[in-house]
Amino acid sequence: MNDLRSTTQRALDRLKRAADTLGRDVKLMEVCGTHTMSAFRSGLHALIPDNVKLISGPGCPVCVTAQGDIDQMIAISGEPDVVLCTYGDMMRVPGKHGSLEAMRCKGARIEVIYSTLEAVQLAQRQPNSRVVLAAVGFETTTPPTAAAIDAAAKLGLKNFSVLASHKLVVPAMTALLDSVGDDTTGIEGFLCPGHVSVIIGSDAYQPLIDTYRMPCVIGGFEPMLMADGMASLVEQVVAGEAKLENLYPEAVTPGGNPVAQELIDRIFEPDEVRWRGVGPIPGSGLAIRDEYAAYDARKVFALDDMPDREPNGCICGQVIAGLANPDGCSLFGTVCTPVRPIGPCMVSGEGTCQAWFKYQRPAIAARGRVAKEVVTA
Amino acid sequence: MCLAVPAKIVAVKDEACATADLHGNQIDVSTVMTPDAGVGDWVLIHAGFAIQQLDQQTAMETWAVLNDLEPPPTQQAGPPT
Amino acid sequence: MTAVDKTQNDVGTARHVAEREIVLAHGGGGQLTDQLLLETVMPRLSNPALDALDDGALLDPTGQDRVVMTTDGYVVQPWRFPGGNIGQIAVCGTVNDLAVSGATPMGISLAIIAAEGLKKKDLEAVLDSVAAASKRAGVPVVTGDTKVVGRDQADDIYLTTAGVGRRSPKVKLGIEHVRPGDVLLVNGPIGEHGLAVMLAREMPEVTSVLRSDVAPLNHLIAACMAELGDDLVFMRDATRGGLAGVAADLAAQSGYHVTLDEEAIPVRPEAQHAADMLGLDPLEVANEGKVVMVVREAAAEKALSVVRGFEDAELGGEAAVIGRVGDAADGVCELHTVIGGRRVIQKPYGEELPRIC
Repeated sequence: MNDLRSTTQRALDRLKRAADTLGRDVKLMEVCGTHTMSAFRSGLHALIPDNVKLISGPGCPVCVTAQGDIDQMIAISGEPDVVLCTYGDMMRVPGKHGSLEAMRCKGARIEVIYSTLEAVQLAQRQPNSRVVLAAVGFETTTPPTAAAIDAAAKLGLKNFSVLASHKLVVPAMTALLDSVGDDTTGIEGFLCPGHVSVIIGSDAYQPLIDTYRMPCVIGGFEPMLMADGMASLVEQVVAGEAKLENLYPEAVTPGGNPVAQELIDRIFEPDEVRWRGVGPIPGSGLAIRDEYAAYDARKVFALDDMPDREPNGCICGQVIAGLANPDGCSLFGTVCTPVRPIGPCMVSGEGTCQAWFKYQRPAIAARGRVAKEVVTA
Repeated sequence: MCLAVPAKIVAVKDEACATADLHGNQIDVSTVMTPDAGVGDWVLIHAGFAIQQLDQQTAMETWAVLNDLEPPPTQQAGPPT
Repeated sequence: MTAVDKTQNDVGTARHVAEREIVLAHGGGGQLTDQLLLETVMPRLSNPALDALDDGALLDPTGQDRVVMTTDGYVVQPWRFPGGNIGQIAVCGTVNDLAVSGATPMGISLAIIAAEGLKKKDLEAVLDSVAAASKRAGVPVVTGDTKVVGRDQADDIYLTTAGVGRRSPKVKLGIEHVRPGDVLLVNGPIGEHGLAVMLAREMPEVTSVLRSDVAPLNHLIAACMAELGDDLVFMRDATRGGLAGVAADLAAQSGYHVTLDEEAIPVRPEAQHAADMLGLDPLEVANEGKVVMVVREAAAEKALSVVRGFEDAELGGEAAVIGRVGDAADGVCELHTVIGGRRVIQKPYGEELPRIC
């Protein structure tokens, strides 16, 4: 047995002991796509005790972005002289009329970037282009967007703007508990997102503990650290406790990163934003402040809000809220596959549906629901 | 939701930019969010930005408790080694 | 009508552009490439040699020495990358396709499509690489063609090749020979070509110790065939789609359950770290000097020592047994993970994009 396996086993043993003591089913939610991916890539689900269910919450930024916001990105990419810059994650998300990949086929100029500052540099290099940064993501990804706006403002760029769809994690978690009630979801503990916590700090989860008495553990991304985090959550449930535990202390401090927070606050203000499948949640997202309106693509391009129309039959909204598993969707694995995705949870590499499809297919096939796959046989 | 990897700063280019090393891959990152990070410090990198300076002492303690072992060399978001 | 309206009307309500138009991922060697082949190419061109869909086609299957033919197009961007350029890839890709088909490469053709304005010294650099790879493989470039297109019609330079080889009628290599119990072997650390090229393309400011693994494998493969005989039953070079693509195809095409052992798969730390940063899986990234061999279990140790002991240590020194063919006839490839978990390996979609989420 290798070192990693034995240390992971130690964490799993601890989880097993707590789960056995509890002696009943317990449902935990992670709220981070990287946790989703880590669990599926490592095969962790098969190793955790049968009575512990780890479900994926609204942690994949691609998946929670409202259909209308996706359609706005696609629309703006077709405007004259526009170069749309976005992360690779967004390229294949289907909108009402195709995807960014489709727009690129049609001749739209779409650049996949790694850092937001590449978009700013592009705007400097190409003064005759209108560079639009389509930015999604939670608190981890927001400071880079803010830094890009800050840099563009300092450079006095007139041809750079941002189509921002940034969201906040804690309001989403509380809304999840408010809207459906913990009786419905049955969630008894949150494995909190490690890298969001780096920015916002562990104190940010206090309302979940004070108001909802919900155990919260901030966890790292190794399967071993996830197992350890789940063990802590189940131990809290056994003890009838609700407290915050930070198992990622090397990166997460109580107050978070104050410089990053200041950067966000300077450029953005809290706003009601729309979540896919969930709808508008007050204070759950960020809008660009009026002082920086010159860099707000919605204002620069006078974009109207676009309607949120879910694809027929798609239940991504329920999957994101933890109310349904992918195999509860009639499209899953048959009509909707990674090659022909219908909903965003199948498009995104860290979407719950794609993770299920990619990494759990034998179980799905056993239930006779697997799509006929194209193979060079 | 957000991929971030630990890297060691090997050169400071200016007040807002440093070169970070990820086991042989050297990338220039923005350090606007980690103004105190200098050469030899470990930071978490997300989308070309250093988003946090890692507390090496705490990292080693965490891993020592979990492991009684050396941390694995190649794991995402692992501690500084 | 604004540009947006027009474009949206053109796209219509089609949800998936890939069904109407060629997208980059159609050329990625993944699931979309398969779909294009099966739905668009095969119905029009079907014949026995093509229908086998091997890297190299077997011509005159009853002749004394069987003739194997292959072809490939090279459009790698950027054309120059750490560890090589498009010239080496063209020669090695063609030679390797013949070699994994069990053929001894005899000669290759080379057609150059250059964009107007390409620097003469750049063309010379590409041809120098072609010459060096051709010499290393011992396979001559025997015919060629040159075309020049307008500077906006192509990016710098594209190459296309054909290769012809000879295969002994005694060679029994093919997916139909794969049986439960067989083991999978790879000749070294994976993912380095694809990661080096992606870093050069998407993040040119990154300096990395990663180098493309581009290399001709014909001599290594010939040594294995000579030493292992019929115990070597199947080979595929793990180019686009990576090891995941080869292993998933092996499972699907043999019909057996294939398991890979994550701990045994060689991945260098610098490749793993680069993949983590880009949000990619090294298993799904292209190689240009890696072959997956399927050998009988009893010959596994011998195969490993032949590959590891090959005179050019760069090609085989870090070879490893990475998996096996199982009894179950489900056509699924599964990875046993380092922590003892399991997950399914599927052929990648096609175009790999860096992720930040």
